[in-house]
Amino acid sequence: MSTATTTTSAHAPSVGTGHTRVEGRDKVTGAARYAAEVPFAGLAHGWLVLSTIARGRIRSLDTEPVLAMPGVLAVLDHRNAPHLNTDYTGLMGLRPDPTCAVFQHDRVPHLGWPVALVVAETSEQAREAAETLVVHYEQEPHHVELSGDHPDAHPVDGHEPAVTEKGDLDARLASSAFVVDAEYTTPEEHHNPMEPHAATARWDDGRLEVTDSNQGVTWVAGELQNLFSLDPASVRVRSEHVGGGFGSKGVRAHQVAAVMAATLLQRPVRVALTRRQMFALAGHRSPTVQRVRLGADADGRLRALEHRSVSRTSTVYEFVEPSAGVARVMYDADAHHTANHVVPLDVPSPTWMRAPGEAPGSFALEAALDELAEKCGIDPIELRLRNEPETGPVSGLPFAGRDLAACFREGARRFGWADRDSRPGVRREGRWLLGTGTAAASFPAGAQPSTASATAHPDGTFTIRISAADIGTGARTALTLIAADALQVPPERIRVRIGDSDFGPAGIAGGSMGTRSWSWAVKAAAGELRERLALGAGLPAQGLTVRSDTTEAVEALGPAERHSYGAQFAEVAVDVTTGEVRVRRMLGIFAAGRIVNPLTARNQLLGGMVWGISMALHEEAARDRASGGVVGADLAGYHVATHADVPRIEAGWIEDTDPDDPVGIKGIGEIGVVGAAAAVANAVWHATGVRHRSLPIRPDRVLAAAAGAPDA
Amino acid sequence: MREFGYQRAYDVAGAVALLDAAPDTRFLGGGTNLVDLMKTGVERPARLIDIRELPLDRIEVTAEGALRIGATVTNGDLAAHPEVRRRYPALAQAVLAGASGQLRNMATVGGNLLQRTRCGYFTEVSQPCNKRAPGSGCPAVAGEHRNHAILGASDHCVAVHASDMAVALTAFDAVVHYETADGPGELPLADFYLPVGDTPHRETALPAGALITGVTLPPAPVAAHSRYRKVRERASYAFAIGSLAAALDIRDGIVRDARLAFGAVASRPWRASAAERVLTGAPAVPETYAAAADAELAAARPLPRNGYKVDLIRNLTVTVLTELAEEAAR
Repeated sequence: MSTATTTTSAHAPSVGTGHTRVEGRDKVTGAARYAAEVPFAGLAHGWLVLSTIARGRIRSLDTEPVLAMPGVLAVLDHRNAPHLNTDYTGLMGLRPDPTCAVFQHDRVPHLGWPVALVVAETSEQAREAAETLVVHYEQEPHHVELSGDHPDAHPVDGHEPAVTEKGDLDARLASSAFVVDAEYTTPEEHHNPMEPHAATARWDDGRLEVTDSNQGVTWVAGELQNLFSLDPASVRVRSEHVGGGFGSKGVRAHQVAAVMAATLLQRPVRVALTRRQMFALAGHRSPTVQRVRLGADADGRLRALEHRSVSRTSTVYEFVEPSAGVARVMYDADAHHTANHVVPLDVPSPTWMRAPGEAPGSFALEAALDELAEKCGIDPIELRLRNEPETGPVSGLPFAGRDLAACFREGARRFGWADRDSRPGVRREGRWLLGTGTAAASFPAGAQPSTASATAHPDGTFTIRISAADIGTGARTALTLIAADALQVPPERIRVRIGDSDFGPAGIAGGSMGTRSWSWAVKAAAGELRERLALGAGLPAQGLTVRSDTTEAVEALGPAERHSYGAQFAEVAVDVTTGEVRVRRMLGIFAAGRIVNPLTARNQLLGGMVWGISMALHEEAARDRASGGVVGADLAGYHVATHADVPRIEAGWIEDTDPDDPVGIKGIGEIGVVGAAAAVANAVWHATGVRHRSLPIRPDRVLAAAAGAPDA
Repeated sequence: MREFGYQRAYDVAGAVALLDAAPDTRFLGGGTNLVDLMKTGVERPARLIDIRELPLDRIEVTAEGALRIGATVTNGDLAAHPEVRRRYPALAQAVLAGASGQLRNMATVGGNLLQRTRCGYFTEVSQPCNKRAPGSGCPAVAGEHRNHAILGASDHCVAVHASDMAVALTAFDAVVHYETADGPGELPLADFYLPVGDTPHRETALPAGALITGVTLPPAPVAAHSRYRKVRERASYAFAIGSLAAALDIRDGIVRDARLAFGAVASRPWRASAAERVLTGAPAVPETYAAAADAELAAARPLPRNGYKVDLIRNLTVTVLTELAEEAAR
C-alpha cells in the first residue's frame, strides 16, 4: 500500500463501478453481529406481554406469582413504569406515535398492545414468566374492518396535503369520450424484515447506551432522549448491522421497555421481538380502498382524474397511507381531484412501509390507466406518453429531470413490447394462459441534512464517520466509493464507520433518501479534507479530521418536482382451472439519478420488484374480525414470494442525474416496488381477460372469476 | 417457553418404556413441527424422547413385495429412494411438494403423519380452538377459513390436515405400524385419523403410549402410473390449498383400476372412494373424471369463503386424470 496521503496521478473513479459489500465477508461468515447477538456482561432479558383483547382496559395483573418464578427480576407495567414525555416533535417533524410510549396508562387500543415487560436472568425464563402472567381486562366492543364508505373516514394530511382539487370533475367526466370508474383494494401488509427488532439498553457512567437495529441512530437517540427527558449528550444509540427495516425500524416498544428496565435494574437489559409479536408491534401498511375515475377524450388525453384513497389507522395515532398522492406527480387533467382519507379503528398504528402511498397508489392508478387504454384502443405505453405532463400537475412546478418516456422506450425495446398482441385471453401454452403488462413508476427524490467527518491517517488510510444506517441496501459500500472519489484514492484505503449516534446527526435510511443524504455530507467532508491535504496541511499522529454539515445546502434546494421514474414490465402465466398465477419474467427500467454501485443498486431494484410480485400475488395479513388480531401471524401464514416465484427478472437504468445533487443521486430504495404490482395485475388481465382489482390475486379469486363472478 | 427434559432412545422398547414412565412426554423426530409448536406454547411437554437414533431409518422391499418404510426415514430420503420413485411416483412427488429441502432432510415419516394442522387459530394460543383447548369454540367457522375443510368437518372444527405425503400414502392403502408397552400393532391409514365429530382434539386412533415404527405400502401395480399435483398460494414452500394423488390403470379405453385421494380438504387425507367407484370400469374420458369428482364432492359442505375448493378439486381431478390417461396412451 502506498504511504502517500494523496495521489496526484490519474485516479480511476470508483462511483459507477460494481463493488461487493465491504462487510459482505463478515456477514456471510457470521462475524458481523446483529443487535441481539452483541454480548454484554450481566445481561438480563425482557419479554413483552401483549394484550389479548382489542379494546378495553387493564383491570389487574397477577404479578406476584410471576415474580416468584425462577430467574424473574422484575415486572414492569403501567403501575410502576417511569413516566414518559410524549409532548415533543421528533426528527421528522412528527409527534411521537403513543404506541412506543409503553406502560403509561391502563387503556388497550388494539390486540397485541404491550401491557407488561417481564425481566429475567435468561430469555427462556423471561418468556415462560411472561406467558404465565395473567392479565385481567375489562373488554369493550372493537371494530377493525375498513370499508371505502366508512362513516368515520376523514381527510388527513400526512407528509403531503390530504386533498388537492382543480377543475369541475363531474362536468369533465360527463364530456369525456371514455370513462373508467373502478374501486381497487390492497390488503394489510407487514414489513417482515429478516432480522426481528431487538435492542439492549444499559447505563454506562451516566450515559444511556442502546445497541439496536434501526434505520437511523440519530432518529432513535432523539426519540429516546425526548421520551425519557434526557440530556442529548447522555444518549448514545448504535446500530451497526441491520437485517432489513423497510420502514419498520424506528423507535418502538422494545427499545423503550429495555431502557425502562435497564434504568430500574441498573444492569443491561435486552428486549427482542418474536416474529409473531412483530405483527402487532413493528407497524404495518394499512389496507386501502381506492376509487379511481378517469375521463379521456377520443385520443386518450386525460380530461378528468379522480383518485380517492381510504386507509386505516389506530385510535391513538393518525397515520395516513397517502395512496392518492401518486396522481399528483404522474398525470395531469383539466379536472384533477385527489384525496387521502383515514378511518381510526382498533388496530395497531400503521407506519411507513416501503414506498408508502406510491406502492398501493400506483397499483390503483396504473391499473386504471390500463383499463383506459383498453377502452380507448390505445397501446398502454402510448397512452402514458400522450399524457406526460409539462409541469407538476398539482404544484405547477418544473420537473427536475423526468425521464419516464425514456424508461418506457428502453423497456419496450428490451421486453419486446412492439410484438405484443393487445387482445386479452388469446395466448395459451398447455394449461397456462399468457399475458404481458406494463405500468409506470415514480418516487420522490429527497435529501435530509446530515453531518459527517473525514479523517486522514498518517499511514495513508482514511476513516469516514457518519450516523448512517446500512439496512441491507449497501449504503456502507456506496459511501466508501463516494469517499474514495472525493479523496481521489482507491476504496481499499477508506474505512467507513456508521450506525453510531456519537458520529453526529444524520438523516435516516428512509424515504429513499439515505444514501443520497449521507453521500452529500461524506463528499463535502472528504472533498474538503483532500483540499486541506493538497495545500500541504501537516498530519499529526492522531490524523487530520474535517467535518461537514449539509443543513444549509439541503435547505437551499429550490422548489421543483424531484422524482425518480421507472417503467415496469411483466409476463405472467395463469391457470384458470387452479387459480395459479406465475410471473414468467419481469423487467424494470429506471431513471433514478446517478447509480453509485451498480451491483447493490441492481440488488435493491430487483428486491423492490420482488416485493411487487409479492404484493400482486401473495402478501396479505388476515385480520380477524372477532378477535381483532392477525390470524396466521408467522411466515407460514403470511406469504412473500419464494425463489420459485421469481423466475427471470431484470432491472436496468438509463443515464439520469439530479443536477442539484453534488453526486447526482436521486435514490433507489423504493422505486423498484412502485408500479410492479400493477404491471403484474395488468398482465393477468391480458392473459385472462379478467380485471383483478383486489390484491393479492389469489387462486380463489382467479377461480371465482373463472366461475363467472364479474371482475373478482 | 416451558423448560423440558430431553432424553435420547436407542431402541424401540427403550423408547416406549421411557414414554410410559413419565407423563407429559412426547417423541421427538425431526422436530420440524413439534419444536415450532413448543415455541408458540401450543405444545408444552415436560420431556422429549429423541427417537432419531432408533434403527427405523430403512426402506425395504418385503418378501410379499410390499415397501416397508421405517418411521425415522427422513422425507428427503423417502422421496429420493429408487423403489419409491419407480413404484409409487406420486408419493415421491408429494413429499417433494412439501416444505423445503432443509425441512425435508429433518422431517421423518412418522412425524409427518402426526403433524398438526396449520389453522391460524390453532397456532395462536390466545385464541379459542376446540382442537387445542376442547370446548373453547372454533373461530374459524365464522372467521378466516379460506384454507379450511370442505369435506368431513363439523361445527367443532374445520381445520385441514397439512401433510402432502399422507395424501399419497392414503391413495395407496398404506398401513401404519406401531409399538406399545403391550407389543406391536398396526392400523390401516384409512382408519388412522379419527373423524372430527365433537372431539377434534382426538386426532388419531393410535393407542396411548404408542410409537410409530413404520409404514407399509402394499404392492400396487396401478401406483406405478401415478401423479401428485399440489396447488398452493405461491410456487413453493407453502401448504396446499388443494391437492390430489391419483393413479390410473387403463386398458382398451376402460379404467380398470383407479386410486384417488385429496389433500387440504378435510381433517385427514381424503380417500375419494366414491370417485374411485365411478371411475372403475368406466370409459377413460374426461366426462368420467368429472362425474367421479362430482360423486365425491356431492358430500362437500363449503364454508362462505372456501367454496372455490370444490371447483379446484373438480378441475384438478379432471386435469390430472386426463394427463395420466394421455400418458398411458402414448
